[in-house]
Amino acid sequence: MINTLMGMPPAASQHAFQIDQMIEFCHWFMLILFVGWFAFYCYLLWRFRASKNPKASYYGAEGTVFKHLEFTVVLVEAVLLLGFALPLWFQRTSGFPDEKSALQVHLVAQAFGWNYHYPGADGVFGKKSMNLVSQTNPIGLDSSDPHAKDDIISQGEMAVPIGQAVVLNITSKDVIHNFAVPEFRTAKDAIPGTRIPIWFVGTREGEYTVICGQLCGKGHASMKSVVKVLSAEDFKTWQADLKTANTAAEPKAIAKQ
Amino acid sequence: MIGIQYLITSLTFLLLGFLMVLLMRWSIAYPNQPLTAAAVVSKITEAPAGYAHRLGENVKALFGYPHDFKLKETPPPKPEQGTLAEFLFTKHNMPGGVMQPSFYNQLGAMHGTIMVFLAVVPLGFAAFGNFVVPLQIGAGDMCFPRLNMASFHLFFWGGVMMLASFAIPGDGGIIEGGGPQSGWTSYPPLSILSNPAIKNTILLNLFTGQSFWLMSMVLLITSSLLGSVNFIATIVQLRAPGMTWMRMPFFVWAQLVTAFLLLLAFPPLEAAGILQLMDRVAHTSFFMPDGLVWENVPVAASMGYSGGGSPLLYQHLFWFLGHPEVYVLILPTIGAVTEIIATNARKPIWGLNTMVVSVWVLGFLSFVVWAHHMYLTGMGTKVAAFFQTTTIIISIPSVLILTALLITLWGASIRFTVPMLFATAFIPLFGIGGLTGIPLAFSAPVLYLHDTYYVIGHFHYVVAPGVITGAFGAIYHWYPKATGRKMSDFLGHVHFWPTILLMNCVFMPMFLQGMSGMHRRGYDGGAAYGELLGGVLYWHQFITVSAFFLLLAQIPFIFNFFYSAWFGEKVSTNPWHCTTLEWDTPSPPPHGNFTKPIQVYRGPYEYSVPGHPTDYFPQTEPGYDPADKFKGKH
Repeated sequence: MINTLMGMPPAASQHAFQIDQMIEFCHWFMLILFVGWFAFYCYLLWRFRASKNPKASYYGAEGTVFKHLEFTVVLVEAVLLLGFALPLWFQRTSGFPDEKSALQVHLVAQAFGWNYHYPGADGVFGKKSMNLVSQTNPIGLDSSDPHAKDDIISQGEMAVPIGQAVVLNITSKDVIHNFAVPEFRTAKDAIPGTRIPIWFVGTREGEYTVICGQLCGKGHASMKSVVKVLSAEDFKTWQADLKTANTAAEPKAIAKQ
Repeated sequence: MIGIQYLITSLTFLLLGFLMVLLMRWSIAYPNQPLTAAAVVSKITEAPAGYAHRLGENVKALFGYPHDFKLKETPPPKPEQGTLAEFLFTKHNMPGGVMQPSFYNQLGAMHGTIMVFLAVVPLGFAAFGNFVVPLQIGAGDMCFPRLNMASFHLFFWGGVMMLASFAIPGDGGIIEGGGPQSGWTSYPPLSILSNPAIKNTILLNLFTGQSFWLMSMVLLITSSLLGSVNFIATIVQLRAPGMTWMRMPFFVWAQLVTAFLLLLAFPPLEAAGILQLMDRVAHTSFFMPDGLVWENVPVAASMGYSGGGSPLLYQHLFWFLGHPEVYVLILPTIGAVTEIIATNARKPIWGLNTMVVSVWVLGFLSFVVWAHHMYLTGMGTKVAAFFQTTTIIISIPSVLILTALLITLWGASIRFTVPMLFATAFIPLFGIGGLTGIPLAFSAPVLYLHDTYYVIGHFHYVVAPGVITGAFGAIYHWYPKATGRKMSDFLGHVHFWPTILLMNCVFMPMFLQGMSGMHRRGYDGGAAYGELLGGVLYWHQFITVSAFFLLLAQIPFIFNFFYSAWFGEKVSTNPWHCTTLEWDTPSPPPHGNFTKPIQVYRGPYEYSVPGHPTDYFPQTEPGYDPADKFKGKH
């Protein structure tokens, strides 16, 4: 409820409700602590103002109420840590779906755009080399590699089939970016020289904004992309259309060279 | 005296940093619109209209969440030539008064750096510390006065160099002029590739904004190191007879821990700064990985980088400084607030020993939490578990300190003087900053909240409404000691109430924006993501107008500060009836600080001691120690 009141957009991925739950729980905890504590504070300021209480007590407060309160706070934090935070993170970073059932996608970020690389029909990614990067070959795909033949490259737009796990391997060509999809409740840095996997399952058809969450230069503010969650058929069409577009672009590229 | 120098310099930088962020806020709230005096006036007069309606929309969202409220699109007016903004900030940065993203990035980097390294650290640590610490421990001066002067000069010239980077001319093509553009964190490879580093032109590379930033940081860190050595030596060596460790005021404890943090945490960033400078000018590859491609050209070929470095190494070095740095900002102010509360509550601080232990634990733990700034850099389960756990543990001593201050008020006789007003405001505002850190301490919510305005709101609540509020209190508190005159109470109230209100107006909406998924560091404040953020963009305008009024609210303070130095009400050496040593010497303190030999007989906060004729029992007044007399009775 607090989440909605604070304007959190509705979730669109499978694990999102767990994240939302935890944020919601944190906010209730914060709210209760702050309200209770602030009310007590105001009472103190009013009750012990100099005009009402001209002589201060040397000894001050006694009793163990505060020790118990302190202990409760620590206990709630421990529950948050052990009950929510650690299992959730384990699931996100160590609980990857198995390779065959999940859709594998590579993401190569650059200033200021996103390149998505799909393995195509054979399910194997073609080799990439940064030395091959050019205006027409944004991810440096090695066309001499037989696995690269059916690969699909999408600039600025990603599509995933609804209900299927997607493993996205994130890297960057130049500076550090951050692939953030608020509606999926997921984000990860795109760091050059490393490849970091994330995974998610889209649960609601629609288009979701991808934000660059790490300062990357002049175009940072508009380094935007879209993730489409499509039905299985629509996803196939999307891939096929893109493949056609890719092949159409290729001869031009060769002609230019 | 050096304390006063630091105070005035750091307050000047504070104002500069604030003015920069006001410029940025214009662009955030009104992207691509020219900044002119007429535009500012019209925006302010328009501002109040419509807020109630928009708040209503948020409440409506509670029942069913329509999320269809859109910002009314108004085409930006055409840029005019020859505006004042264009004249002040050059045609390159603000053509026709419209802020360019690169200039926004420069201001962003500078705002962060100036506020942290040139304003708040020197204000809390160097200014109050240099003035108050020797007085409170009964020392004639700091241990190494020359070292202190060197420290100030390095700080001052580091600051000048930082500002000078704005004025670096570009050649319109290959080299881009102006300040650094990679944020106050200055992450490579962006910081190495921005303000382009050109092959084989070491000298030219040295004269770019980013290189100036790095060199300036080296100066600033060296300055802090010299200062911290001085503080540790002074506190250990120069305490007056009878000033045992547990008779030291809490402020001195806080400064001692701060000094250790500076001493141990800053060198890694100094090293990282020099390494990054090497990467920029000598094209080493400490932070440059393999396979970088910049504008479709491999960097290895075009600029001669061998690669093989790690960008993450820099982040680790930076945040190893960065997190203790947070406590460097906070602790001096908590110390000052403790002094103010004890004075105005007229009773001993509750659980002083617990507080001293807590502040040490806090200092120690602050060294093992740094990677909670890096949850999204591909961190695995085990490492994340470690840093989440330490981050949660560090909240315990923080809560203990705030609780002790709170319980101190039980049975008090609270005088609401101006410093006390600021101190009482500090506690809940700082509390909001601390509480909003709870979701950010865990890696899972960070998947959503990372680098959003929620984070901005969180750390600004800690530093601006928190630390700066406390620092204002400290200025009002110790001003009579430094000048022999009191700051005007009336102007103090005129300063206090609008400041507190407007600070909340500025930072509270950021939590809402962050919860909507708004990310930071966009010159247009996220306008490019209108379909997601349409419902919260309007808050930018509210914040910007509030921030402008917050600036106006500081005018009474600035006036009061200078006016009272010459025309303020003259006061006695101990106007607040304090117990600590600094109030036992003429105001301003003479050379050598004290006019008589100092002997300490008791702890720092012996207020309202039963059987004593006055409600304060100064540390220097000969007689018994209440700690012995009332032992076991409590």
